[in-house]
Amino acid sequence: MSSISNPATLFGLCGAALVGIGLFTVIVHPGLLRRIVGFNILGAGIFLIFGAVARRGAGAGFEGDPVPQAMVITGIVVAFSATALAVAMLQRLFDLTGRATLEPPAPEGRPGSET
Amino acid sequence: MNALLDVVLVAGLLALALHVARARDDQGAIVGFIAFGFLLGLGWVRLASIDVALTEAAIGGGVTGLLLLRVEAHTRDSSAPDRTARPITIAAAAVLCIAVTAGLAFVILNLPSPPPTQAPAAAAALDATGLENPVTAVLLAYRALDTLLEKVVLILALVGVWSLAPDHLWGGAPELRPAVVPEPLSYLARVLPPFGVLIAVYMFWVGADAPGGTFQAGTILAAMWLLVMLAGLRAAPDTRRVTLRLLLIVGPAVFLAVGFLGFAMAGGFLAYPAGAAKPIILGIEAALTLSIAVTLGMLVSGPSKRAPTS
Amino acid sequence: MTGFVDAFTVLAVGSGAIFFLAGTLGLLRFPDTLSRLHALSKADNLGLGLIVIGLLPHATSVSAGLKLACVWLLAQLSAATASQLIAGVARNRRPRA
Repeated sequence: MSSISNPATLFGLCGAALVGIGLFTVIVHPGLLRRIVGFNILGAGIFLIFGAVARRGAGAGFEGDPVPQAMVITGIVVAFSATALAVAMLQRLFDLTGRATLEPPAPEGRPGSET
Repeated sequence: MNALLDVVLVAGLLALALHVARARDDQGAIVGFIAFGFLLGLGWVRLASIDVALTEAAIGGGVTGLLLLRVEAHTRDSSAPDRTARPITIAAAAVLCIAVTAGLAFVILNLPSPPPTQAPAAAAALDATGLENPVTAVLLAYRALDTLLEKVVLILALVGVWSLAPDHLWGGAPELRPAVVPEPLSYLARVLPPFGVLIAVYMFWVGADAPGGTFQAGTILAAMWLLVMLAGLRAAPDTRRVTLRLLLIVGPAVFLAVGFLGFAMAGGFLAYPAGAAKPIILGIEAALTLSIAVTLGMLVSGPSKRAPTS
Repeated sequence: MTGFVDAFTVLAVGSGAIFFLAGTLGLLRFPDTLSRLHALSKADNLGLGLIVIGLLPHATSVSAGLKLACVWLLAQLSAATASQLIAGVARNRRPRA
């Protein structure tokens, strides 16, 4: 067991909690835009866990293992491109249906909520 | 003292993440997410990953935030009150998420000790690359293939975004300019870009030896371009413009060409000849920085909104 | 000499931190948008300025000092613009509120 007061462990645990919060938002929230934000929180949590692993791997004069750090940089950019694509699909869905959710419309749904 | 700072940072991150999950309106959630990104940047500084901190603040907080705010404004007042999930679904999701978090926490508390690390290997090979920043060395020498593929992912995402435009707007330009441009915004868009470009060039240049590099520099360039487009000083270009498309692919193309030249010069794909690694890496980085800037700017701008001119 | 420089740093950074604290309190407690903006820009301009001035004697090189000054100037510029933009929105909304 490593000490909680160690920043690597503390931020690693924070990452674990962020994964949970992000995943919960993705599953439960009806709005698609919020799910995309939740997906980004989930990703941030995973990156932080990588950060904890990198920090623990300090050695050879470096303050962290550069390999996981570089993977996180790549990951942030890829997560951004996924977000941009998701957001563009959401915008298209909204233009076509007038709604920003995949939930079926409420029974007394407004006109225009169908394609 | 530092431990106190860490605890405050972690508490702030968790509070903002909960705010994103629970906020009533999307706009409030997105503003919370932007603050989350900047706070996370500070967290990365505490983890001694300055390169990641810069990337997170620039992309995670800044550019992603702008993208989300743009779409939120577009899809606002969208639907009848959303149906919230049924209590049983919420309970099941909560149990699942707590289990995932607990599992990850268990793993983190029981990481192997002494920790496995590639740091000595990265340090040993650093001299051959002529670089001093090990993260840049991983990105552009040891694991250059990952970085090349990631550039391709960026372009594919942009192709996907462009394809979502209605047929009659294909090849047209996206529109970022609001109906009324506030005076202070257009002032900022006139004053800031020269400094921004200077900072981007600096970031690119020091990236070889100190924190910084192509991603960070490219993102700052993209931000300056977006600022100019937001203020309406220059319209977004038609997506079918040949110069635009050439700029988009110049980075990956140079990267790929160097990769194949590696067969002839150093006996392997993406192998750099001994002694010439640093100038080659800087050349690739310069082309990549331009491509990243243009790709990020176009990704944030979204699908085209106007029919192509001419 | 070092003691004098350190005392100056502690004094300047300390008062900068106090400005930030006051600005944050104002942001949380003031009743309307414009006075909250006022509190925020005070914290940004004076607080950050004092912290940068306090750190300048510790800069290891001229270029490091210049970078610190640039941080302050750029933060000033963006804070001023953001305040103007928010104030503009607040003024447009006022008749309705």
